[in-house]
Amino acid sequence: MEITDNVIVCVNLLDEAKKKHIKIDLNLLSDMLGVPVVGTIARKKSSLNNLLDVTYKVCQKKICPRPKKINYNSVIEDCITKLEIKLKELYDFPSNLYRWISLKLLENETDIISSIEKHLNVNFSENIEVEEMLENLQNILNNSNITKTNFRDNITSSIMKQAEEVCKKVCKFEDETYSNRDKKIDKILTSKTFGIPIMIIFLGIIFWITIVGANYPSQLLFSFFGYVQENLIDFANLLNCPAWLSDMLILGVYRTLTWIISVMLPPMAIFFPLFTILEDLGYLPRIAFNMDGFFKKCCCSGKQMITMCMGFGCNAAGVTGCRIINSPREKLIAILTNSFVPCNGRFPFLITIATIFIAGSVQGFSGSIISTIAVLLVILLGIFMTLLVSKILSKTLLKGMPSSFVLELPPYRKPQFGKILVRSIFDRTLFVLGRAICVAAPAGLVIWFFANVGINGESLLNIIANFLNPFASLMGLDGYILTAFIFGIPANEIVLPIILMCYLGNGTLVNLDDTFAIGNILVQNGWTILTAINVMIFTCLHFPCTTTLLTIKKETGSLKWTVISFLIPTVCGIVLCMFTTLIYNIFEIGIF
Amino acid sequence: MRKILSLNNLLLNEVGYIYNLNCSEGVKKRLLDLGLVKDTCIVPVLKSPSKGIRAFDIRGSLIAIRDEDTNLISVYTKNT
Repeated sequence: MEITDNVIVCVNLLDEAKKKHIKIDLNLLSDMLGVPVVGTIARKKSSLNNLLDVTYKVCQKKICPRPKKINYNSVIEDCITKLEIKLKELYDFPSNLYRWISLKLLENETDIISSIEKHLNVNFSENIEVEEMLENLQNILNNSNITKTNFRDNITSSIMKQAEEVCKKVCKFEDETYSNRDKKIDKILTSKTFGIPIMIIFLGIIFWITIVGANYPSQLLFSFFGYVQENLIDFANLLNCPAWLSDMLILGVYRTLTWIISVMLPPMAIFFPLFTILEDLGYLPRIAFNMDGFFKKCCCSGKQMITMCMGFGCNAAGVTGCRIINSPREKLIAILTNSFVPCNGRFPFLITIATIFIAGSVQGFSGSIISTIAVLLVILLGIFMTLLVSKILSKTLLKGMPSSFVLELPPYRKPQFGKILVRSIFDRTLFVLGRAICVAAPAGLVIWFFANVGINGESLLNIIANFLNPFASLMGLDGYILTAFIFGIPANEIVLPIILMCYLGNGTLVNLDDTFAIGNILVQNGWTILTAINVMIFTCLHFPCTTTLLTIKKETGSLKWTVISFLIPTVCGIVLCMFTTLIYNIFEIGIF
Repeated sequence: MRKILSLNNLLLNEVGYIYNLNCSEGVKKRLLDLGLVKDTCIVPVLKSPSKGIRAFDIRGSLIAIRDEDTNLISVYTKNT
């Protein structure tokens, strides 16, 4: 309002105000500010027509806003007037700007001044008259105890006081207790005893719904794509397509691609809307508030907790989410450590392994509890590693103190379910899926190639696995598992299918629904409880998938940090696996 | 009688009024933009279970500030 006369004030969220029994006198507000005021409810499109209408009228000069000026402290006002007169003598600006520029010059806001100089093509610091004047005025201000440090305080409190006055006259709180409900909810959600358990329960429920709920659409997609695949093969035969080409395209590219879509799409389509509901409710800032203490100890931001939660859904989404962290240092830490939390793609794998090996002997309900605990332990390991690595990064590569952390906790609001569905599916799910598909198609080709082309009847995949075997056994794994992790880099979901493909000697990815059939194959190929534990650890701690890496590259804009984000979890995983293997071997020798 | 103390010594639900911000420039600017000018009423209402941060009621909105920063904000109380 200090820069231009063309101002329209839009008062949004009138529906919320009504709910809280706040009455706003828009006409009075308009009189007091001297500009047109339009009330809207942005959720309702029709209420926006009035805004468009007024905007149009202002553009046509049918309505001429005359914004009222803010009155500052009398000494400051005097200085502004003097400088204004000087500027009017020297320069030719639009008439509204003199007062504002004078204020900014007195305030010495270098950023804004340099941008003013750039746009108006002038240079104040080179003009001796302006400089002299400024020095004089600064002295006058100093004499009345207005220094460089408290100038801004003075200005802001004048603005605030006048705003408060307007607010007092315009708004009527008919119900003084309107925020009591919010306060009560906040008391519980951030209480010492319940705050953190409630948070874990909320997140637990979301994961559970995602894991359980995703199974059914996944099966449907599998059978649909399987049906299409058979038709594609028939079609290829009809065209007399050479077998190697149709195999490569259908069993290689098509199969990997549809596999990734079937396993990734349903969990994402469930997880993101659920997460967006929490976001819309206003719960996420409370999570950050609850956990801030732990993150502060590691010299990073409490908001990292939010990006971590998003990482459970998809690490790529979590990395994108790091934009909410203001400090560049803390943002980078959050990005680098995001892949420590297992994402949706790794969950099913973790659960399968936990079910087979850890709960394998216990059937039924208690079995599912045991495997849940095992998976939870892996998640806790991930969170612990996140904090540990964040701390180490803060002390070494990204040295620095925790920056200040000011976070607004907005009032709770009822989420809009329809919009959430649309927004989360289009903005997040399809975005992430699109990126995954770009990587999956070529990867499918490469995997097929390695599995089917070989020397002396031995496939390249086998050769690589044998080559990696000595190193892998140091980690308590075998060459095939490590190879599968390397080939699973486009999407973690295909790690288990590749392992099975290797063991069964097939040239294509294998889909097995029966957990115990998978278990038998794994045990026959020498898996022990140690293998299972190490596979679970390595699933949690290894290089992020290509989608995430691409996202990191885009967010940090640097190849160096992308490489580091690749190395940190991998090294952690290798070291930890070697450690558990060592311990296990010592025990074995000790027992026998 | 007016008693001046730093904001992190203000007890939960005790009413205080901003006296001075001694924080660094960047933080100060952010706090001023949030409306923490002199004489503003401020009430600590929530405490994080992980400690080190509290949320304050400022003009009806809830704003969380870390203890390092509230340590540098002085407030006065109006009770006798």
